[in-house]
Amino acid sequence: MQEKNSVGIVKEKLFKSEESLPLDCGEKLEEYELVYETYGTLNSKKNNAVLVCHALSGNHHLAGVYTKKDKYPGWWDNLIGPGKPLDTKKFFVIGVNNLGGSHGSTGPKSINPKTKKSWGSKFPILTVNDWVNSQKKLISHLGIKKLKAVIGGSLGGMQALQWSIQFPDCLSHTVVIAAAANLTAQNIAFNEVARQSILTDPDFNKGDYYEKKLVPKRGLRLARMLGHITYLSNDVMKVKFGRKTKTKGYQYSFSPEFEVESYLNYQADKFVDEFDANTYIRMTKALDYFDPAKNNIKNLSQIFKKIKSEFLVISFTSDWRFSPDRSKEIVKALLDNNIKVSYAEIDAASGHDAFLMSNDHYHSILKNYFMKIFNTK
Amino acid sequence: MKQNNQRSDFEIISNWINEESKVLDLGCGDGSLLNFLEIQKKITGFGIEKDKDNWLLSLKNNIDVIQMDLEAGLSGFEDNSFDVVILSKTIQSMHNIEAIMKEMHRVGREVIVTFPNFGYWRDRIQILMGHMPISDELPYQWFNTPNIHLCTVKDFEKFCSHQKIKVLDRVVVTKNLSINFCPNLLGALALYRLIKK
Repeated sequence: MQEKNSVGIVKEKLFKSEESLPLDCGEKLEEYELVYETYGTLNSKKNNAVLVCHALSGNHHLAGVYTKKDKYPGWWDNLIGPGKPLDTKKFFVIGVNNLGGSHGSTGPKSINPKTKKSWGSKFPILTVNDWVNSQKKLISHLGIKKLKAVIGGSLGGMQALQWSIQFPDCLSHTVVIAAAANLTAQNIAFNEVARQSILTDPDFNKGDYYEKKLVPKRGLRLARMLGHITYLSNDVMKVKFGRKTKTKGYQYSFSPEFEVESYLNYQADKFVDEFDANTYIRMTKALDYFDPAKNNIKNLSQIFKKIKSEFLVISFTSDWRFSPDRSKEIVKALLDNNIKVSYAEIDAASGHDAFLMSNDHYHSILKNYFMKIFNTK
Repeated sequence: MKQNNQRSDFEIISNWINEESKVLDLGCGDGSLLNFLEIQKKITGFGIEKDKDNWLLSLKNNIDVIQMDLEAGLSGFEDNSFDVVILSKTIQSMHNIEAIMKEMHRVGREVIVTFPNFGYWRDRIQILMGHMPISDELPYQWFNTPNIHLCTVKDFEKFCSHQKIKVLDRVVVTKNLSINFCPNLLGALALYRLIKK
């Protein structure tokens, strides 16, 4: 499935770090691998690179396809490609699978060099800081001193924000979409339900299920279904599914009848085939722990003092997991520090998922912002 | 709401702004005033714009623009965080004038307000003839106008004295000409530089 502005056939690359990575939890990874993809060409000055950070269920495969037979392109294919808002004719775009991920970077499924077995339950819980540190190693490895921009939505937006705080001299622009400076109690609560569904699945076996050839499918399915409900708005569910049923009349059974049930089950089944439960619970912890202002949002202005990049912050009106008010907290703290920032609140019905959709106005904003970035040397 | 072909008001506003000031333009439209001030006075400017199409025009104009509704106040801005806050040809379309004036004076050390003078003789004549006025400054029909709080030079000054706002400067113009005689009758556009008493 290839359309005309696609980056076409892409290949994964592997970055292997022999250098150890100290982690927030106190442990360290002695060595690790990051799987990544790049699109477009790095110019001779190496100053046209844009790092795209992925969200909870994302990965490094941002755009294009691996083979012509691929059913779906990368997850942000509507944004990235020649002539698209993030134009690969202008920019060198990098997607990286976060550490602890289940798409090729070192994670719970990988072999622990010490035990020669899968890490499983022993794989440490990583934070947004840790990811950003590891991404920085990859960027340096590619010979890039300063990124033109770091962009991400949701958990990806948190990483972009962390980049601007942690490596203020290493990026010119930060694009934070549908994110927040920390999670609300409600968000942490949803994450805990998702985790509990996985942790209590008998096939989870405390995280050591690879060698036993078990897959905690039930838990991961439930976690994904819950997630999907919260990523959509009530309105969009009403429009998309309403009370439509697959067959005429009620079946008086427990098999999925309403279309919303079929949708959730379909999404859940698709997810368990491509995602790892150990990764899922760790990603949710990274979300929960992210809090640069250390439990006091008023500190954010203080934390932002170091920031040198310019900002674009975007929220969506119907996003109730990362509401516009949460984005405004970031904008306020940036303004307090005289940091150049534009903020758009996009009228979209799709809820949190809107950041992945190709809404015309949304893409027009990104296209113009990236054009502006490209034209400022 | 903002007319971009007429630059005389931009120049008057620019004269009131010091070099390298930090300026907030409320209802910045396509960002052309901020653009003008950036070139003339090397200001650091931020715009606020609710309308998504105008917002995008501002972005294209290289303006840092925040999308929000002024009616909700300026809670995202600290006290005295700007040298100047501008409300240019926007006040007449706002619901809560007292609240926004208070907010502007909280956030900015100085405030610039401009509005179409409803006491202008051409408006008065149209009303005498039995019609709602339509003019360069007020180009709308009664049924589609966003302007709900029109006032005259006299009204505005009475309001300011009531709100303990001091007028530092006033210029009233008609088609780029400064009007010093009978401004409330002969002036089409009023511009004020204000400070809290």
